[in-house]
Amino acid sequence: MIPELGQFALVLALLLALVQGVLPILGAWRGNAALMAVARPAAAGQAVFVFLAMGVLIHAFLVYDFSVAYVADNSNLALPWYYRITAVWGAHEGSMLLWVFILNVWSLALAVLSRHLPTPFVSRVLGVLGLIGVGFLAFILFTSNPFLRELPMPSDGGDLNPVLQDPGMTFHPPVLYMGYVGFSVAFAFSIAALLGGELEQAWVRWARPWTNVSWAFLTMGIVAGSWWAYAELGWGGWWFWDPVENASFMPWLVGVALIHAQAVTEKRGSLPAWTVLLSLFAFSLSLLGTFLVRSGVLTSVHAFASDPRRGLYILGFLIVVIGGSLLLYAIRAPRVATGKPFAALSRETGIMIANLLFTTAAAMVLLGTLFPLIGDALNLGRISVGPPYFSFLFIALMAPAVLLLPFGPYLRWGSAEGRQLTTLALRAGIAAVICAIVAAFVAQGHLRAIAGIAGAVWVAAGTLSYILKRWREMPRGRRYPAEMAGMLVAHTGVAIFIIGVMLSESLSVERDVRMAPGDTQAIGGYVFRFDGVHETQGPNWRADEGTVTIQRDGTTMATVKPQKRTYSRGQVQTESAIDAGLFRDIYVALGEPMQATDVEGAWALRLYYKPFVRWIWLGGLFMMLGGFLAAGERRFRAKKAAATAAVPAKESLA
Amino acid sequence: MNPTRKRRLAIVISVIAAAIVAVGLTVFALQRNMNYLFTPSQVQQGQATQYGSFRLGGMVKAGSIQRAKDSLKVSFIVVDDQGAMPVEYTGILPDLFRDNQSVIATGRMDDARFIASEVLAKHDENYMPKELKDAMAKAHENRKIDDKGMGDQAMTDKATAPGTPK
Repeated sequence: MIPELGQFALVLALLLALVQGVLPILGAWRGNAALMAVARPAAAGQAVFVFLAMGVLIHAFLVYDFSVAYVADNSNLALPWYYRITAVWGAHEGSMLLWVFILNVWSLALAVLSRHLPTPFVSRVLGVLGLIGVGFLAFILFTSNPFLRELPMPSDGGDLNPVLQDPGMTFHPPVLYMGYVGFSVAFAFSIAALLGGELEQAWVRWARPWTNVSWAFLTMGIVAGSWWAYAELGWGGWWFWDPVENASFMPWLVGVALIHAQAVTEKRGSLPAWTVLLSLFAFSLSLLGTFLVRSGVLTSVHAFASDPRRGLYILGFLIVVIGGSLLLYAIRAPRVATGKPFAALSRETGIMIANLLFTTAAAMVLLGTLFPLIGDALNLGRISVGPPYFSFLFIALMAPAVLLLPFGPYLRWGSAEGRQLTTLALRAGIAAVICAIVAAFVAQGHLRAIAGIAGAVWVAAGTLSYILKRWREMPRGRRYPAEMAGMLVAHTGVAIFIIGVMLSESLSVERDVRMAPGDTQAIGGYVFRFDGVHETQGPNWRADEGTVTIQRDGTTMATVKPQKRTYSRGQVQTESAIDAGLFRDIYVALGEPMQATDVEGAWALRLYYKPFVRWIWLGGLFMMLGGFLAAGERRFRAKKAAATAAVPAKESLA
Repeated sequence: MNPTRKRRLAIVISVIAAAIVAVGLTVFALQRNMNYLFTPSQVQQGQATQYGSFRLGGMVKAGSIQRAKDSLKVSFIVVDDQGAMPVEYTGILPDLFRDNQSVIATGRMDDARFIASEVLAKHDENYMPKELKDAMAKAHENRKIDDKGMGDQAMTDKATAPGTPK
């Protein structure tokens, strides 16, 4: 009975989403206050029912309700409770429910935190979010209902995909979706501005904190996903240019461009049309990401669903959203957007160039990701594009961006002077060259490592120099407003990220070896001793667990226990063991026994020494922190504080 | 020309130049990194001869997996229903690599053998990658490929030989 309640809640949510999507927009158009007033209650109602449905599905997992097909497919009696909760988004249907759930979290937040905005504008924004909700709720109800019953009820369920049974997986999808879906808010703001046709630039200021927060969440999600792939998939890599990674990376790249473009539009009133266009792209790419992951048109690590009906629905939805919003843009943008001019040497130009680099990078990733489909359509045969394509073009596009980065803060709005820039270039350049020369002695012949150090020092020195400049020139308390602090932290993150990527890619030692118990191997100054394999048990798996002792200069640094797990349904999963450190990771994974019958004997092992690999994620976390910090800017709140002060006054009058 | 026009011209020219560079680089990178997929019988018909590196897809022949005694070298035979291709790989195979499993190997031909630098296997034994299924169906029109399990999970499992260029 309870699962039917969940389905019923979804139907009600769909109806409320329809109300939320249609009435307020009509109201804003006709100037009807009663219709506009529907927006907030409808959004709240939709959220209540979606949360209820989510709760029902979680409950079904917790009480082992195997009469629900989705629960039976993705969990079993032996699965621990925390993985039964994460199993909710372990496959297609639940992921879609999670998508809508998070959409409602955003809508609700917007409904609550938008009291200071003009009513017609909020009505349009919530209306657009309602329409997106309609699209996804209908998708769930008609093609991928998580509450479908399976009768007769099986006595035990299947299993959650073993790759997903990992702590990293508990928060990677929700956080990633917070980012993906968060762009729908920026999208809704843009559509509302286009619909309203107001010449007012204020909407960009209102949209900025939302965009920054979603981008920060997306960053966190990607970092978590990358870390999870590294720790869990047993290949020791952190990025594979896999279609689904690309799917999350494209909105991220456009998001980087968008948060910078929004800054230009908000502060200077320049490039408004471009800002609107970018927010349409960011959300479209988020949708495309969902489409790529869930339709199964591209075979990939993450492709859970391969039902063409679903793909067709999302494709149609995609066409309506992208086509519709671009059409609206074409009709309305010339009216809404008249940008202010700026000099050739100015911060606007700098951001514009960086914007072009980032959007080109996103387009390049898109081309590479969709190339198998293009090749198929043109009858070129079965083609896929290898990772070197992405790496080569990405580095080619990002190198100029890194080169430009330190200049950004130094460039003045409107029109900049060249003198300061040359001083900065000299300072940062000298620092970079000196560090590169020192690095050349340490990392002999590893060109990428040397280039990485030079690039990172260039960015870090430039950023530091600006921090010092502000410290000297500004009075206390006005030196680093939140927005600027966010920018500086995120740019420092770029420097850290460059170090992580270039050093770990160039200095890693990766060796696959055959080892019998007692054998030793020396890698990167460490000695690995293989102490054999024994069997062990978990709640829903058994495993061959190896013991590897890591020594340096005769003293034992760590003992790690990599596993080869076999889950209850027979799926095999490698659990790598990592001895983590700020400056190096030691990564050990079990391959396979050299003779299948002799588990106690010799094994194939992966032994990796990965210097600075943690800096990759550390850099990402800095960027994320920068995004959150910048969203806390007082300018974004000032108006709200004034408005909330005004509201109680009004209420007391009434 | 007045300064505004001059500036516009400069902007237009630099945008066009940047676009040409971007397109040129993209085409260059695409051409060097396109990987075609062939089945053993297609390779034996000579369809793959013009490509240095390509992907070979098929099933692992039962009982064909042989390991070297003292290294990580392993050899096996990949088959479709009319062709067979011996494959050599040095390194750790993916978790689900086994007899009758559908695999995709990336690598190059050396005489009549295929030297793989990367081997992919699918997580569900009933699952056959869509592109592999299509390629095999194309190779022999008259034989129907079992597409049971197409709706199931498709988790790729991957192994890369050490030293493979990244």
